[in-house]
Amino acid sequence: MAAIKAHGSLISTATNRVLVILYEKELEFEFVSVDMSTGEHKKDHFLSLNPFGQVPAFEDGDLKLFESRAITKYVAYEYASKGTQLIHQDSKKMAITLVWMEVEAQQYDPVASKLVWELGIKPMLGMVTDKAIVEENEAKLAKVLDVYENRLAHSKYLGGDCFTLADLHHLPTLQYLLGTQSQKLFDSRPHVSAWVADITARPAWLKVQALRKKH
Amino acid sequence: MTIKIYGVPISTCTARATACLYEKEVDFELVPINFFGGEHKQPAFLSKNPFGQIPALEDGDLTLFESRAITAYVAEKFKETGTDLIRHNNLKEAALVEVWIQVESQSFDPAITPIVLEYVLAPMKGKTADKAVIDANLVKLEKVLDVYESRLSSTKYLAGDFYSLADLHHYPYTHYFMTTPWASLVNDRPHVKAWWEDISSRPAYKKMTEAIASC
Repeated sequence: MAAIKAHGSLISTATNRVLVILYEKELEFEFVSVDMSTGEHKKDHFLSLNPFGQVPAFEDGDLKLFESRAITKYVAYEYASKGTQLIHQDSKKMAITLVWMEVEAQQYDPVASKLVWELGIKPMLGMVTDKAIVEENEAKLAKVLDVYENRLAHSKYLGGDCFTLADLHHLPTLQYLLGTQSQKLFDSRPHVSAWVADITARPAWLKVQALRKKH
Repeated sequence: MTIKIYGVPISTCTARATACLYEKEVDFELVPINFFGGEHKQPAFLSKNPFGQIPALEDGDLTLFESRAITAYVAEKFKETGTDLIRHNNLKEAALVEVWIQVESQSFDPAITPIVLEYVLAPMKGKTADKAVIDANLVKLEKVLDVYESRLSSTKYLAGDFYSLADLHHYPYTHYFMTTPWASLVNDRPHVKAWWEDISSRPAYKKMTEAIASC
């Protein structure tokens, strides 16, 4: 039985954020599927793993964690010597990486997640997309991506010269949006477009896609 | 060379950064930004934070933005002195600090911010507070605080029986929230109330509020 367990749903962006880092770090793990359609994530067993009743939850031996970006940070540091290096030992470089990790969490994700919900998940659930919300959030995302375009014109990846957590955290929402009308926002910005093509082609991310297709 | 923080004391996010510097007893210079005059949207400031938001930090040739990246940098750089805000010698405790930092960022902040902004900021701009926004977010905040109440009945602070950055990040918005008619959301939950009274009695919190009051 693997010491590392990732509990979640394969359609959940936050769950995918955890899965991709486990593949990047080449770690053995067990994926435990949580059936959200039956409200499993709101039942006592799951609440003991995440009191907010949200996926994912994570176990490494007797350590229990939740919040995908806390899980990825833990994995990146605990398993620093394995697989892809996703953090910096140099404190200044790491500080800059942390800035762009916060940018993803505070500037990009609140907007991108709304578009993922409207354009990606609602159609899957047979619900109607709210066009006003899409329009409002595409306008906001455009402004965020203008800053990204400028950043990526001077830096190969968001945190610096190397792929780090700052880039990895974007993958799940990016993947959803690439299949939608919002893809144009990424395609029309050359440096953003190149960065998206680069990070979504990473073998670890392709493994997450393969896992989704299997289930 | 002294650390510089660009911002204004009444800004919640500036206050988050300065509270951390006060807690670590690190000298810094607050460089005022003419916020109401739009200085944060001018090229000189945009070169420090391309998103045009305060605060920004300068430490020698290093420039950072996003208040939680700033606090993470300060907590890490000065980890060997003063209060250990990140539990750097204990990976398990450090991971739990990260979990509750994410909880504040992803669950607490999105619920409390709109309430504070409507109640405090709208009148400043000559507008009436939007009751629908406030009501909707009070519902969300109550659910979050229910989880906090449960958590704080088994640990003294959020990440464990130790004060950490996860608690500190709650300072600025809760400070303003406790001046609203809905402070009962905190006061009616005995463990949340005790936690808030404890962490708001720390010298760093008092320094932060004195700076806000002096504006």
